[in-house]
Amino acid sequence: MTISRRTLLATASAAATAAPFARARAQTPTIKIGILNDQSGPYTNTGGLTSVICAKQALEEFGAANKGLNIEIVSADHQNKPDLAVSLVRQWFDRDGVDVLLDVPTSSVALALQSVVREKNKVYLNSGAASSALTGEQCSPNFIHWTYDTFMLAKSTGAAMVKAGGDSWYFLTADYAFGKQLQADTTTLVKAAGGTVKGASQYPFPGTTDFSSFLVQAQTSGAKVIGLANAGGDTVNSIKQINEFGLNKSMKVAALLMFITDVHALGLDVAAGLNLTESFYWDLNDKTRAFTNRVKAKTPKNWPNMVHAGCYSATLHYLKTVHDMGAAEAKKDGVATINRMKAMPVEDDCFGKTTIRADGRRLTPAYLFEVKKPSESKGPWDYFKLVASQTGEEAYRPLADGHCPLIKA
Amino acid sequence: MQAFLSYSFSLFGTPITVSALLGQGTLGLINGSFYACLSLGLAVIFGMLNIINFAHGALFMMGAFASWMLLNYAGIGYFPALLLAPLLVGAFGMLLEKTIISRLYKLDHLYGLLLTFGLALVIQGLFRNYYGSSGLPYRIPAVLQGATNLGFMYMPNYRGWVVLAAAIVCFVTWVTIEKTSLGATLRAATENAPLVQAFGVNVPRLITLTYGGGVALAAFAGVLAAPIYSVNPNMGDNFINTVFAVVVIGGMGSIMGSIVTGFGLGVVEGLTKVVYPQASATVVFVVMVIVLLTRPRGLFGKAA
Amino acid sequence: MFGFSRPQLIAFLAMVALLAICPFVLYPVFLMRVLCTALFACAFNLMIGYVGLLSFGHAAFFGMGSYVAAWTMKFWHVDAAIAIILGGLTGGVFGLALGYLAIRRSGIYFAMITLALSQMVYFFCLEAPFTGGEDGIQQVPRGTLFGFISLENDMTMYWLVAGVFIAGFLTIHRIIHSPFGQVLKGIRENEPRATSLGYRTDDYKLIAFVLSCTIAGVAGGTKALVFGIATLTDVHNSTSGEVVLTTLLGGLGTVFGPVMGAVVVTSMENYLAQFGAWVTVTQGAIFVVCVLAFRRGIVGEIGNFLKLKL
Repeated sequence: MTISRRTLLATASAAATAAPFARARAQTPTIKIGILNDQSGPYTNTGGLTSVICAKQALEEFGAANKGLNIEIVSADHQNKPDLAVSLVRQWFDRDGVDVLLDVPTSSVALALQSVVREKNKVYLNSGAASSALTGEQCSPNFIHWTYDTFMLAKSTGAAMVKAGGDSWYFLTADYAFGKQLQADTTTLVKAAGGTVKGASQYPFPGTTDFSSFLVQAQTSGAKVIGLANAGGDTVNSIKQINEFGLNKSMKVAALLMFITDVHALGLDVAAGLNLTESFYWDLNDKTRAFTNRVKAKTPKNWPNMVHAGCYSATLHYLKTVHDMGAAEAKKDGVATINRMKAMPVEDDCFGKTTIRADGRRLTPAYLFEVKKPSESKGPWDYFKLVASQTGEEAYRPLADGHCPLIKA
Repeated sequence: MQAFLSYSFSLFGTPITVSALLGQGTLGLINGSFYACLSLGLAVIFGMLNIINFAHGALFMMGAFASWMLLNYAGIGYFPALLLAPLLVGAFGMLLEKTIISRLYKLDHLYGLLLTFGLALVIQGLFRNYYGSSGLPYRIPAVLQGATNLGFMYMPNYRGWVVLAAAIVCFVTWVTIEKTSLGATLRAATENAPLVQAFGVNVPRLITLTYGGGVALAAFAGVLAAPIYSVNPNMGDNFINTVFAVVVIGGMGSIMGSIVTGFGLGVVEGLTKVVYPQASATVVFVVMVIVLLTRPRGLFGKAA
Repeated sequence: MFGFSRPQLIAFLAMVALLAICPFVLYPVFLMRVLCTALFACAFNLMIGYVGLLSFGHAAFFGMGSYVAAWTMKFWHVDAAIAIILGGLTGGVFGLALGYLAIRRSGIYFAMITLALSQMVYFFCLEAPFTGGEDGIQQVPRGTLFGFISLENDMTMYWLVAGVFIAGFLTIHRIIHSPFGQVLKGIRENEPRATSLGYRTDDYKLIAFVLSCTIAGVAGGTKALVFGIATLTDVHNSTSGEVVLTTLLGGLGTVFGPVMGAVVVTSMENYLAQFGAWVTVTQGAIFVVCVLAFRRGIVGEIGNFLKLKL
């Protein structure tokens, strides 16, 4: 093959002009973090814009720009529609150069995206979704489940309540995958702790606002605990009505998935005495208080719950990892980035020191709270008192029981 | 009596006692009062304006929010709100009618339906942007707290009040439309507007007032709902489908039809919750298909 | 050709040309979403625009088509073409069963009975084990077409979807301009008269309904393959509502209206998503403006302006 002088010259000059740009890009490729959550539906307050604010907070505190990293955060509303989410995320990956998918509440949407992220070899840090299947049979090497899951909620709330004497249960269950799984997980743990289940009402989801009929059935069952296997507005509605029917006087109420944002919606006089589990609460210790003081001015109506704190913590840890391995490497290979994230020590103000397991489960502590009476609350958002806590190792499903295909070896 | 109440039989494999059945029927009646109030408003609007008001759920939600705002911004409690909130929301409805909806009267139903659907999206979206979606707290008024033992169930006093208030409002509306001269004029205007206009009646104003009245009924139901359901921007969504079904089953535009069907379907739904709870949201539509196939104009509708 | 008038033929050729160019400019997965919505809206338009019946439950047929295509693809590993055809057949069978009940009513009562029936289909999908409940059927492979063309590549998949769309579009157009279609129009304009001429109008309406549902099923099946997922959203009544809006926005009873509507609605859903909470407000405002200001829909208004039937 002969190379003519002209071609050689042309190639050389092209290389010369392209080189500075190419090098500039190689030094600091822009890393994009895409936050996908519900910004207009029932989970707007549990995720929504506060998640974006918390992720930006992490970006600011890390000082990415000073460390030579170019980071951008984009966000979108998935409207709780799996097919819309799949199409948005494909576009993010294929066209917009997004590298990290963050938050993603609603289990059905979260599960649908698992295979897309794996196919494109990106990074998927989920803070908002509950289903423990995400690190079980549906686990993926590109995925970390950051903040909580159904098993941890069931174990913390379920087992602790049996220990405290609530040994017979009646479930009020939203009739869809998430509700049924929460009921099943809790049933297993209640029975393991020596309790019994007296019955369950599975009500249509969505579309039920009145729970009185099921509450009367729960009352006649003679159970000591009513377990709410639902979320969001349904939980708020059922607690309001439990209060109205006076069930909270004769039974203990276990809200299996409830956030501080929901307690705020109910008001303390209705919510007082409820038991619920979160992995973060703003008033746990000096560090969590310091974190909340830093962000609360940016989101005054909606203080961070565990999902928001998870977005902060996940972003921070991801940035540390990118800084450690180099942005170019991180952009290239999602699995490698996830593996590095698993290997690096995780520490932040919200959750303290934690670890990430091989199946993608981050082991956060689990705190069982009781909602304060109005007389006990001293200030805004002073809602919880700590009843019990578990370490990350105790709180989550043992690695072997999840049947995650990654773990066979 | 006690023996009768504890008598038990089996239906589709579910053991059922008479007292459970009575209890669930009563609870169904309470839900029925919400359906009746809401579908009554829809029926009035459809009967007089020929508009299928898809914004009804959003206006119901506004009623609940109005009572919350009255309490938190002006310190006005539940009972005054029961009167004030429907007036405020009704006035808002009249504004909507005057400025937007009145442009559609000569058109197909479809356009009214789409327009009001669009309005509902806008209203709900604005409330969500400002108040979020988790909801706001609203208490049961002190007088109505507590519960009464009815023998077969433990009945919260507030629910009893809901049935009573809804029944009174439904009755008053029915009397106004069917038995007063105002109602007679209204009905005449529906049949032949130009003729009534020729008699010197201001028909457009009458229509505006009717829309305001229908909206006020929705807002009234919203105030009744505020203490027991979550006050959030989406609260109307869960009701709206069932309420449409009620209006269709009762016969579109029939006042009596929507009241009776509202209460009746509440009971049917309540009983389904005992036997097959998962289907309790669908049973309404089963009834609707059966009714439409056997009586095309609904239970109380006039023959075509 | 296919009963196109001259301006329609020009518009059709322009549309085909756009279909060929767009994937090189725009994101193909987004375009496939538009095409599936467009085909669904065209099927719906066959009922509302040419038979004059408003179906408020078309999601039932779209969704069932989507479920069956996804299920056969995932568990029987059938060919992509077979999966789409099965989706269409499912839509047709459900259309026959539900249409048989619904077709006896007209006007607003037809709308309500289709709404009620589709709610029952939704309940069936929620409870039946094969649909996977809330999670739906996920990770459906795209498989191969005719046994040897792999559809994993977005561009290959795009050509298939574009082909399905054009086939469906032309089928609908052919139906409308056949003698059968003329009878349908006659029924829409004056049903008693059609009856008096000896046409069994209910049979005609039912056949049109089944055809519309079949094409809706095809659209649903294709969508399931594109995204590898079939969920409850597809059978939910919000999807039924969306197709009404799409068609209205584009122009009821126009040939190209549903396609234009699909382009606008899908783009809105896609590009407004980043504005979060304002999505529904903007959508609602657009519908209000549409009903108040240009009721004939986008294509209808353009046609009216140019004095053309598009």
